Amino acid sequence: MQFVTDPLVRLRDLSVRFAGVPALRGVDLDIGAGEAVGLVGESGSGKSVTWLAALGLLPPTAQVSGSVKLAGEELLAAPQSTLDRVRGGRVAMIFQDPASALNPVQRVGRQVVEALRLHRGLGGAAARAEAKRLFELVGIPDAGRRLDVYPHEMSGGQNQRVMIAMALAGEPELLVADEPTTALDATIQAQILDLLRRLQHEMGMALVLISHDLGVVADMCTRVCVMYAGKIVEEAPSEVLFERPSHPYTQGLLAALPAMVGPRRRLTAIPGSVPEPWNLPPGCAFAPRCERATKACLAPPDFRSMGPGHIAACVHARELVMA
Amino acid sequence: MLRYLALRLARAALTIVLVVTFAFVVLRLSGDPALIIMSPEAPVEAIEAFRHAWGLDQPIWVQYLDYFRAIAHGDLGVSFRDGRPAIELVSERIPATLALTIPALMLKLGVGIPAGIHAALHRNSTSDRLVMAGAVAGFTVPSFVLGLLLVLLFSVQLGWLPSGGQESWRSMILPVITLGFGGAGVLARFTRSAMLEVLGQPYIRTASAKGVPWRQVVRGHALPNAAIPTVTVVGFMVGSLIAGAVVVESVFSWPGVGRLLVVAVSNRDLAVVQCILLLVASTMVASNLVVDLLYGVLDPRLRAGATAGAH
Ligand SMILES: Nc1ncnc2c1ncn2[C@@H]1O[C@H](COP(=O)(O)OP(=O)(O)OP(=O)(O)O)[C@@H](O)[C@H]1O
Ligand SMILES: [Mg+2]
Repeated sequence: MQFVTDPLVRLRDLSVRFAGVPALRGVDLDIGAGEAVGLVGESGSGKSVTWLAALGLLPPTAQVSGSVKLAGEELLAAPQSTLDRVRGGRVAMIFQDPASALNPVQRVGRQVVEALRLHRGLGGAAARAEAKRLFELVGIPDAGRRLDVYPHEMSGGQNQRVMIAMALAGEPELLVADEPTTALDATIQAQILDLLRRLQHEMGMALVLISHDLGVVADMCTRVCVMYAGKIVEEAPSEVLFERPSHPYTQGLLAALPAMVGPRRRLTAIPGSVPEPWNLPPGCAFAPRCERATKACLAPPDFRSMGPGHIAACVHARELVMA
Repeated sequence: MLRYLALRLARAALTIVLVVTFAFVVLRLSGDPALIIMSPEAPVEAIEAFRHAWGLDQPIWVQYLDYFRAIAHGDLGVSFRDGRPAIELVSERIPATLALTIPALMLKLGVGIPAGIHAALHRNSTSDRLVMAGAVAGFTVPSFVLGLLLVLLFSVQLGWLPSGGQESWRSMILPVITLGFGGAGVLARFTRSAMLEVLGQPYIRTASAKGVPWRQVVRGHALPNAAIPTVTVVGFMVGSLIAGAVVVESVFSWPGVGRLLVVAVSNRDLAVVQCILLLVASTMVASNLVVDLLYGVLDPRLRAGATAGAH
């Protein structure tokens, strides 16, 4: 997508290596203010690493290069104090397993208050009152008393609500939700997703939803990026991606999806498996699993424009759409 | 909670009974005190009289029951050697032992824990490798070897510090270092691995992701969690304040409980040996109890377990 002014977040050629092994191989991505963007792809495709790298949350063993700009300000080379202000302030992140994502020896209220103190300068009774308000906002019943319990005394769904309350504490412009419902029961999943959708609209914040589940992403997001082996391979408005997927990988993912209605499944039905990151094929990483692979696929594919806001990294993309 | 405490106390008491029983059995079966204490040429009648006077002619289970009955009345017996109450002999040695073991404990805590934290926070750095090398040396070199090396260097070669005795505070330096070094190594290693384990947990990433500065992540989130396993080791060290200096006291001829134990064992001075073992077992058990209670303070998950167990 093109932005006249700077987008809220702009990733350019973001790359990550662990001990020399590439995990992310040049990700370009813009997130506009208030926009909801989905990030899908098989396990290990680099969805989490993208955002951990963007926020400087990877261990020091990770070699990160490229550019991460927040409203035009470069974050990758930024001093630690800048990152501390951004994290949980302008950009908040929630994670997959809420039970282990909260400090087990600290009361949940105190963990929310810590964020309020850091980003809103609140303390004492004011912080507690605001934490209680946030708990009510995310739908934790009996909020006043729930502030004083420990994570193990709450269910997984309640813990994820605490995580969301904590993320909202800094009034973020962007919330990155990394598979926020994978660890939860189906009914709880739907509730948490509804909550995220509601909050995104009410608070006008941008949302990046990372998921295995194309169906979930289509429901929640206006734009979807598909990742494969450390790269974005296709990006399109949600309806377009579903109606006219251009990359063979995306087509495979959609074919593996049962129906738009009915129970959702994990994306597994493409034959073959993701190449090992230390043993990537030259050119297109999907070629070994692709029915349509030709010699042309031995060179790294460029993005082709498939329509407004729709790009795909496949030399055969145009023919595929025609076909 | 009360039932949990009662259960803990009962278990503690049982541990002490087992230790004392074990000591009683081993010491009685490994040699006749009468033969060791009386000179070998003593007439048979004198030996018999000694046995009778100390109840050694009774069946062993009678001796055992008598012994327990006495303990229950607070009577820990009388030394075969000089007829003084065992408890007196032992208690007058305790200050000397604590004078070594408490500073040594400070050394272990003050060096081991910070070194372990530092090593974990700077994993694979030169300082991490140095700390780990020191730690391995600390707990692989036996304390008598380290003690003798220190004596050779600082007393014999350099003549800076006394090699033994209890003349001044300077006599304490070498034994305290000898005692503290190994423990500091153990603690450094333990703290390091506890910290590494905790630093890899998702909630540490959560804290960073919400903008908590790293120092505060370490202080407010990592340390309180890493303290939980570390407390076990510290508790063990506190528990060995009395008994942990046997070897070092012998090397440095330090007149503490450990030396008394060595002498009493070789003399088969049963009352004294048993009194010391009882003391050692009690401190161990008491510190274990404190550790258990501390777990409850440090880890709310266990607190819940404890109260759940009480219902
Ligand atoms: N801390 C790390 N050290 C080494 N390799 C890592 C680390 N974190 C991630 N990786 C590697 O980076 C690659 C991308 O991982 P990432 O977690 O981003 O995948 P993902 O798309 O989020 O998958 P999932 O759906 O399973 O969460 C994987 O090959 C993974 O093994
Ligand atoms: Mg992930």
